[in-house]
Amino acid sequence: MPRTPATSRRALLFGTAAVSAGALLTACTSNEPKNKEAAADNAPVADDKPGKAVTIGFAGPQADHGWLNAINDNAKSRAEKYSDVTLEITEGSNDIAQQIGQVQTLINKKVDVLVILPADGKALTQVGLQAMRAGIPVVNLDRVFASPQAYRCWIGGDNYGMGLNAGHYIGEQLKGRKNAKVVELAGLDNLELTQQRTKGFDDALKNYPNIRKVARQAADFTVESGQAKMAQLLQAQPQFDALWNHDDDQGVGALRAIDQAGRDDFLMVGGAGAKSAMDAIKAGKGVLKATVLYPPTMAASAIDLARALAQGKGVGGLAEFEIPSSVTLYSAVVTKDNVDQYLSTGFI
Amino acid sequence: MTQPAASAHEDAPTSTAKAAADKEGSGVRRPLAGWGDVRTLSLLGVLAVLVAVGGITAPDEFLKTSNLQLILTQASVIGVVTVGMTFVITSGGIDLSVGAMVALASVWATTVATQDFGFAGILFTAVVVGVGCGLVNGLLIAYGRMVPFIATLAMLASARGLALQITGGTTQIVTVGSVLDLGARDSYVLGIPPLVLIFAAVTVIGWLLLNRTTFGRRTVAVGGNAEAARLAGIDVRRQRLYLYLLSGLCCGIAAFMLIVLAGSGQNTNGNLYELDAIAAAIIGGTLLSGGRGTIVGSVLGVLVFTTITNIFALNNLETAVQQIAKGAIIVAAVLVQRRSPHGDA
Repeated sequence: MPRTPATSRRALLFGTAAVSAGALLTACTSNEPKNKEAAADNAPVADDKPGKAVTIGFAGPQADHGWLNAINDNAKSRAEKYSDVTLEITEGSNDIAQQIGQVQTLINKKVDVLVILPADGKALTQVGLQAMRAGIPVVNLDRVFASPQAYRCWIGGDNYGMGLNAGHYIGEQLKGRKNAKVVELAGLDNLELTQQRTKGFDDALKNYPNIRKVARQAADFTVESGQAKMAQLLQAQPQFDALWNHDDDQGVGALRAIDQAGRDDFLMVGGAGAKSAMDAIKAGKGVLKATVLYPPTMAASAIDLARALAQGKGVGGLAEFEIPSSVTLYSAVVTKDNVDQYLSTGFI
Repeated sequence: MTQPAASAHEDAPTSTAKAAADKEGSGVRRPLAGWGDVRTLSLLGVLAVLVAVGGITAPDEFLKTSNLQLILTQASVIGVVTVGMTFVITSGGIDLSVGAMVALASVWATTVATQDFGFAGILFTAVVVGVGCGLVNGLLIAYGRMVPFIATLAMLASARGLALQITGGTTQIVTVGSVLDLGARDSYVLGIPPLVLIFAAVTVIGWLLLNRTTFGRRTVAVGGNAEAARLAGIDVRRQRLYLYLLSGLCCGIAAFMLIVLAGSGQNTNGNLYELDAIAAAIIGGTLLSGGRGTIVGSVLGVLVFTTITNIFALNNLETAVQQIAKGAIIVAAVLVQRRSPHGDA
């Protein structure tokens, strides 16, 4: 039986090789997704389960209008939701020196992480740097610091996107209308954000050659100025098809002027997302058909980010081990169709 | 605005006799000061030029009745404030708190609790809050011997603070139908908006009060030379108290008008009214250091400002251009007046 071992040796070798190759191939195909899952599982993400206790310091400007009010409320209620978060909130101030002092107090108290909505981004950059150097990570809310070294993460709204989305909405609504005229009621003109909103709006309108912007006036975010400027615009433009108003607070005055002039021959889009505007959109009786958001819920998200940062976790739904360094929020268009979803975020 | 500080010095009993002699009772000797005044005529000229400019640059829109109604309506709120301010400045004082008083009164009058009382509740609250603030100003200045600039600056800060405290930063929307209707086209009387009628009534009463009553003569006398007025038997302190009360009353009325106009109360209401009212009064020919005042001039001053704003908007000017042009026009208007024989505004 000299041949049997030879055959069997060859068969054994071949068989072993085949099985090994097969096993290797199988291992390769099955292992790859297994490794991927493991990577995602490894990233610790912040969730609702209580983790390490965290103290978050929050410093914002004086809540002298609805949107800033909502910022504070969103931050507070989000912090209350987590049993492991203690929120140290300062009395808001528009005075730059005072806000610097407040942030320094929070640094001295050695909070774990800071959330700062500066009264003026550029003017508070130094105190942001101080905090970072003292080892306290900063979540910069909305108004951006002059230096990226002054914050670990920036989260805020998209002013350009607001204008862009308002312009696209109006463009779609006026599709097919020849020589359509659009009017813009801007906010405070010496703020950069107003220029960005207008730039976005103009850029969007360029996609619609049938639309022409015939007038633009700037109010200053107050009801009173909204009424005054809108009354003038209505007088100046006896006929137009659509209006974009940058801010729902001044929109209260603008709607009042429209009402007083007895005009209803155009559609109006608001900005920011006040509750009064959403109520009007929901009722659907007036000229106001939509509003583009500048969501105050960003303060709640900032608390989430700060908590994740202090606990050394990433953000749920993303594979990353760390929170992002920059989050720009989307300016959703709220219309009658989706207003119910956003109604609870509307500020008064 | 550094000039109000100078007016504060006028309160010192040592104010020079020469200055007093210059100003003494110009309004007393010429009770008709107002209509026939060269200064007023030149301001009417400025207004006429503006109307011409408006008619040329925006012919389709400017000369419409609806535009006239618009200009007068937009002028009415600040106009009423300016009438009160004119009295205070004529007496040698200053009231920096007018904008804050308008804000506080408009906010207090539009709380949910106030709105439960309807039209009367809102009107009553606005007026009472205005008068109350004016009373505090008057007491501090007349009897607390505080400099008007400082006393009313303190009121500016605290009234704005209280307004913010009440609203918590929210916009208080008015739901009382009868108040809102007052601003609607249906309630125009012979084509005149009710707000403009209130403005006209306040102007006429103010003119009569300043030019035809003892109260007006005392106001001018106190502004010309407080010490001389005291020696002449005028109760200067009580007169000052009344004047700040009057300014507060005007602010209360203006706050109600603003509620009608804007359909809401907000703590940002009346922003920088103090500067607008002072500027309109000075352009009108009222002397910042006191002793001379003209209601007609003040009202024309307000109309000049409102007309400028209207023309800017009708021509769709950019904000930056508007601000530059506004400054230039103020300077031009004052220079035109300086060329007139009595002009030293």
